[in-house]
Amino acid sequence: MTALLEVSGVSVSFDGFKAINNLSLNIAEGELHAIIGPNGAGKTTFMDIVTGKTKPDSGRVLWGYPSVSLLSLSESAIAQAGVGRKFQRPTVFEAQSVRDNLLMALNKKRSPLSVLFYRFTADDFAKIEAMAKEISLTGVLDRRAGELSHGQKQWLEIGMLLLQEPRLLLVDEPAAGMTLAERERTTDILKRAAKSRAVIVVEHDMEFVRRLECKVSVLHEGSVLAEGSLSKVTADPRVIEVYLGRS
Amino acid sequence: MPSIRSVGPVSIYRSTIIFVALVLTFAILVTLASHAIGFGILSTSFIKTLGKTLCLCLIAIAMDVVWGYCGILSLGHFAFFGLGGYMIGMWLMFARTKDIVLKSIANNALPATPQELRDAIGTQIFGVVGGARIPWIWHFADSLTAQLALAVLVPGLLALVFGWLAFRSRVTGVYLSILTQAMTLALSLYLFQNDSGLRGNNGLSGLQNIPGLDLVSQDVISLWFFWASALALIAGYLFFAWLLNGKFGKIVRAIRDDETRVRFLGYPVETYKLFVFVLTAVVAAIAGVLYYPQAGIINPAQVAPIASIYLAVWVAIGGRGRLYGAVIGAAFVSLVSSWFTGGQVPDVPLGFYTIHWVEWWQVVLGFGFVLVTLYAPNGLGGLVDVFVRKETSA
Repeated sequence: MTALLEVSGVSVSFDGFKAINNLSLNIAEGELHAIIGPNGAGKTTFMDIVTGKTKPDSGRVLWGYPSVSLLSLSESAIAQAGVGRKFQRPTVFEAQSVRDNLLMALNKKRSPLSVLFYRFTADDFAKIEAMAKEISLTGVLDRRAGELSHGQKQWLEIGMLLLQEPRLLLVDEPAAGMTLAERERTTDILKRAAKSRAVIVVEHDMEFVRRLECKVSVLHEGSVLAEGSLSKVTADPRVIEVYLGRS
Repeated sequence: MPSIRSVGPVSIYRSTIIFVALVLTFAILVTLASHAIGFGILSTSFIKTLGKTLCLCLIAIAMDVVWGYCGILSLGHFAFFGLGGYMIGMWLMFARTKDIVLKSIANNALPATPQELRDAIGTQIFGVVGGARIPWIWHFADSLTAQLALAVLVPGLLALVFGWLAFRSRVTGVYLSILTQAMTLALSLYLFQNDSGLRGNNGLSGLQNIPGLDLVSQDVISLWFFWASALALIAGYLFFAWLLNGKFGKIVRAIRDDETRVRFLGYPVETYKLFVFVLTAVVAAIAGVLYYPQAGIINPAQVAPIASIYLAVWVAIGGRGRLYGAVIGAAFVSLVSSWFTGGQVPDVPLGFYTIHWVEWWQVVLGFGFVLVTLYAPNGLGGLVDVFVRKETSA
């Protein structure tokens, strides 16, 4: 199977600190993949590199087929190419309504002129309604996003990402700060999303990862320590050593 | 719709309709009170002040779009305003001087050669800075069409080049504000030089005399410019309201609140900022084109950095993020300012010290700014919101 995203031999250091050290990772089309690791293992930096926020010192990041290098593209170009990213803290546009937040995310042309003359269609609004149902926000579409609860904001952001129709979704600690019920709902949403696209979930919480039932990579000091099913990697003595006294 | 919006600006449809109606009513009332057509209650110079104020309102809404909606605190938009004024001023001055020179040599035995004519015009215009040659930048000064085009192109290009460099390097926030101030300062210092080709600190003058309209009295011309300014303000307001009401407005506000997030949505943030920056610069220039024939004179001091800071103060006092707020702020502050500095306000003798309002007005303005920032962050426009909302809910 050819990879949708191929990260190979990537290294990056900040002021001499190696955040990512010769990291290689392949993601297949439609794969659900979890990345776990202790604080400072390089999980967020990995996402920064894939989404263009940070440029690596060396290595390759190839995308799609025929493959293109993501390293020469800007953040917005990478997003347009089909990489969606969910941040650790929920970042939605709090001053605007939930509906407007979702409308902005719709997968349409992004250039200023096409946006200037764009008129929303009935189809657009139908898509918004359907997504609102999926993320349990139907009743609050006209509320300002800033008035939502923490969990609702997380879902709104996931909903926005899904409306972007990315081929790969990078999700950073989606369950942080959620109640148990909210976590279960989030797992459902992500699993359903992964049916039609590749999803990478970065997570601290082992229980949450267990519920995803997917392939797991353990990151440690900027490179992959172990890879496989959750039960396999948690049995790995090196992983146990890294996590001992930490989780 | 179950819309439970907390305090926010009045809806864009409603505010636009009310705004257009108010400006038109105001323009008609002023016309009725003018010397030229109406009952002669308002002096011509006051009508010019009102016309100029409308131009300031136009640049204020441009400032509100770039700052209040897009989050770019530009402290340089008055430079674009001034450049527009200089461009139209060049035509006004050149064409009028040419008329005068032609008249004065009409009775000569030999008709003047084109070179003699140019020299005579050059001496007339540039004698004051010790020159007689017409600088190359005046190449098109004889053509109204060309200078009108330049009045849009020159500020537009400056904004494009400056904005492209600044936004591409991801300069944001206070650093960007400082850069725009530097640009404005550089421009005004350049204009102050005698060899800038624009008459140094003398600036361009006599702009109230429109070439070819010698027989029309200033009473009438002032009214024309007043109406042109009112219509330009309405057009600008409608244009920006349309721009901000659709998807574009949502993106622009999103950029103001979290530009990184917008980037990850796939929108090229820098291009949007550049688009808004250039567009508002052009509107500022158009406001300048209408302003300076009413002011009669333009000099480098008007392009000085402080003018652009005032512009930001007006918009802040009027209330950012609502176009009518910018209009209220610009109109209120500039009218009160001309009242205080016009010498009509009686001085306050305290015995040991006399308060001269011409100087103390700055202090009043400063306190006003602080008070608004502290107690009414939505500005005077925010008071309108509260008032309209009470009426709606009652």
